[in-house]
Amino acid sequence: MLDLLKAPILSVQEFFVLAGRALRGTFRKPHYGDDIFIQMDIIGVGSLPIVVLTGFFTGAVLALQMSKALSQYGAVGKTGELVAISLVRELGPVLTSLMVAGRNSSGMASELGSMKVTEQIDAMRALGTDPVLKLVKPRLIATCIVLPLLTILADALGMLGGFVIARTLLDMDATFYWNSSWQAIAYNDIFQGLIKPLAFAFIVALVGCHYGFMTTGGTQGVGRSTTRAVVVASVWIFVLDFFITRFFVNI
Amino acid sequence: MDQLSAPSILRFDRVSLAFEDKPALDEVSFELHEGETCVILGNAGSGKTVLLKCALGLIRPDAGKIYLFGEDITALSEQALFDLRARVGVLFQEGGLFDSLTVEENVAYPLLNQPLLRVSAEEARLRVVEALEFVELEQALEKYPSELSGGMRRRVGIARAVVANPALVLYDSPTAGLDPITAYTIISLIIKERDLKNTTTVIVTHRYQDGTWLDGFRYNPKSGRLEPARGETSTRTVFMVMKEGRIVFWGPRAELERSPDPYVAKFVKR
Repeated sequence: MLDLLKAPILSVQEFFVLAGRALRGTFRKPHYGDDIFIQMDIIGVGSLPIVVLTGFFTGAVLALQMSKALSQYGAVGKTGELVAISLVRELGPVLTSLMVAGRNSSGMASELGSMKVTEQIDAMRALGTDPVLKLVKPRLIATCIVLPLLTILADALGMLGGFVIARTLLDMDATFYWNSSWQAIAYNDIFQGLIKPLAFAFIVALVGCHYGFMTTGGTQGVGRSTTRAVVVASVWIFVLDFFITRFFVNI
Repeated sequence: MDQLSAPSILRFDRVSLAFEDKPALDEVSFELHEGETCVILGNAGSGKTVLLKCALGLIRPDAGKIYLFGEDITALSEQALFDLRARVGVLFQEGGLFDSLTVEENVAYPLLNQPLLRVSAEEARLRVVEALEFVELEQALEKYPSELSGGMRRRVGIARAVVANPALVLYDSPTAGLDPITAYTIISLIIKERDLKNTTTVIVTHRYQDGTWLDGFRYNPKSGRLEPARGETSTRTVFMVMKEGRIVFWGPRAELERSPDPYVAKFVKR
């Protein structure tokens, strides 16, 4: 029983050690500015298509489902409000982070994992570079900057998707849709809608890097870490989402 | 061998290390002095690579002390280790080249990233070209490691290991998986580096032949060739044989060839 628990506990410990070193490293020299921009390009610009598509269709589907349910109460006019609130509070941050986790946590785990098994990480340390500062820090900073921005984009496109449905299928007035959506969103919603992706960014970047660094056992090991990184990052996004929501619902 | 007069470069004092209860190093003790060559033989998984990584401070041992240039590295912080590592060159088993960087960037890496060695971009380029000329690969400057053959990658690795003129160079299986002719080229480069700059050399290998070359030949800068070493030009080469994390033999070649231990003799006969 104890042996069974040893590996996961050790992994969690290693994760927090890495997180601590990366956070402390954020304020320490050397700063690899170029690497931050390269990573922002890979994570941010690279994720644009999937974020745009998932955002748009989530909004559209939401509008369809909501209007069906609301029509029972004769409140189809509330569709815009409901779409806006569920997107900004919940679906925008979570779905965007899940997409980026699937794309980039796996990417980081496989990239750093390959470097680990071909001794490039060791070579880096032997040649005077701290891999946490050179590899983890730029990825963490880039994800923290880019994920909230992607979320805003997903929110906006989701509302647009909802609008397309409302206009074409529900025959709603355009000004009415946008006005009601706009008024439905309170500051609290925007705040939790932006704090969530920021928190998830830590999960996406650090889980990806952690599994990359933990890789052992050649190319097979790289495949294993990649899968684990995506699974663990996704699960933790949901768990953390619950706690953040719990906190915001109370205040 | 006038071991006492030369300063100690690398010393292991009863170093032990285990991975998940499996011992990788078991009470390993030895000492290497300036200008000596150490050839480490042993089966796969006998702890040779782990020993090199411990010497660099990449892995911390569970017990025992490691002295690099007289400093105890088991107690040093990673930051302080970077400074010591600046004086050590290393060639990893598969070359350990960064495959996202060109050959030039790879060789320049220690010169541009190691705070103690940092030079200007122009000087770095000069020294990179010089190091690549040394391994006869100056035409490969713009190539990526994936475009090179195994032997060429190993040579780029050597260029990167020696570009900063380190006092100690560690080679992990430099000839593994290479054909005999390429292996000979690699070993003669290692001998050339050793004898031109008087570097202390540690080499891990599966091939006894590599050891006999390092022991028996010296590079003559006048003729530009390898010549048999005798008497006062002795290469001061010691052989170490490892088995399951322990040193089972330590001594010169003549003694190694006389060893009655069947495990040790197995390496000599090959």
